Amino acid sequence: MALRSPLGRVRGLGSAKEGVEHFWQQRITALGLVPLTVWFVISVISLAGADYATWKTWIGHPGNTALMLILIGFVFHHGQLGLQVVIEDYVHGEGAKLAWLLTMKFATLILAVFAALSVLRVALAGG
Amino acid sequence: MAEFALPANSKVQPGRNHPAPQGAKTPRRFNIYRYNPDETGNPRLDAFDIDLADCGPMVLDALIKIKNEVDSTLTFRRSCREGICGSCAMNIDGHNTLACLKPIEDVKGEVKIYPLPHMPVVKDLVPDLSVPYAQLTSIQPWLQTETPPPPDRERLQSPEERAKLDGLWECILCFCCQTSCPSYWWNGERYLGPAILLQAARWIHDSRDEATGERLDALEDPFRLYRCHTIMNCTSTCPKGLNPAKAIGSIKEKMVERRL
Repeated sequence: MALRSPLGRVRGLGSAKEGVEHFWQQRITALGLVPLTVWFVISVISLAGADYATWKTWIGHPGNTALMLILIGFVFHHGQLGLQVVIEDYVHGEGAKLAWLLTMKFATLILAVFAALSVLRVALAGG
Repeated sequence: MAEFALPANSKVQPGRNHPAPQGAKTPRRFNIYRYNPDETGNPRLDAFDIDLADCGPMVLDALIKIKNEVDSTLTFRRSCREGICGSCAMNIDGHNTLACLKPIEDVKGEVKIYPLPHMPVVKDLVPDLSVPYAQLTSIQPWLQTETPPPPDRERLQSPEERAKLDGLWECILCFCCQTSCPSYWWNGERYLGPAILLQAARWIHDSRDEATGERLDALEDPFRLYRCHTIMNCTSTCPKGLNPAKAIGSIKEKMVERRL
């Protein structure tokens, strides 16, 4: 039973003094993803049906490798920022919320590293 | 988890029927949410058939007619009947609005009237607004200065500075926007909500106020401010035609501006 006044409940633990960084990064990655996605889609369409050697040459080009790595970084960073908001919106138990947030953040990190290493392996080692 | 269905004891049951008086020329059905904390049982939906030929044009007129002539226990807030006090905010035909500003003829078919959504109900159409009022208190909605006012006149403000408050000062705190916001439904005690953030913006943009930084500090929080996901229910429902989503956006702009 909680007998705290409405003002006490609303003030709670005070302002966390953060949130603007999350907001800003979400906007920057969203903005960056617009040209990156256009570039990626055009590249894939223009190479559609090409053999492995052609793809390997394409991704081995330093400009393409760099843009692919940046695309992967932006996609997964933007994705985890957005999923964090969804979890904070809908999961209210503090324990469950923390568990979901940690699971989601680790999963996106693993996927991002996996994707980046795959690009590097094809681009550098050719395998 | 967030609640996606009403708790069992809040599910609305069919209620009583109050037929139109004999000889009614243009009867119209009003389905009204009823809840009495002194009675056991779930809330119910009572049906009132009202003769519009013998009733004022607004939904509030019909509610007052029902209370005067059909069922005096029907409970709702009302005062000014001209859209300036904000008392008669309720959910009419699926939209939060003021009963005094909502013409009955704008509603197609039966008129469904519920209290403002996702708030505790005190009785019938009266929601418990103590949390939004506490949230308003928490943002300190008054002019804060250290510089004393000029001894012989009020604090000056240019017409351009004053114009920045247009679209903010007109809010009547009816909480139609506040209770239409899904983010506020899910995190009502941590997210300040559109009505309160519009009030906060009203003071942040006031050129005479000297506590802008402290105000921004108090709002810089993942829940207090950043639960706003620009859903825009607030703007579409505001009976005064204001734009709380834009006001919240202007606070987010200030947050970025002060660190760039």
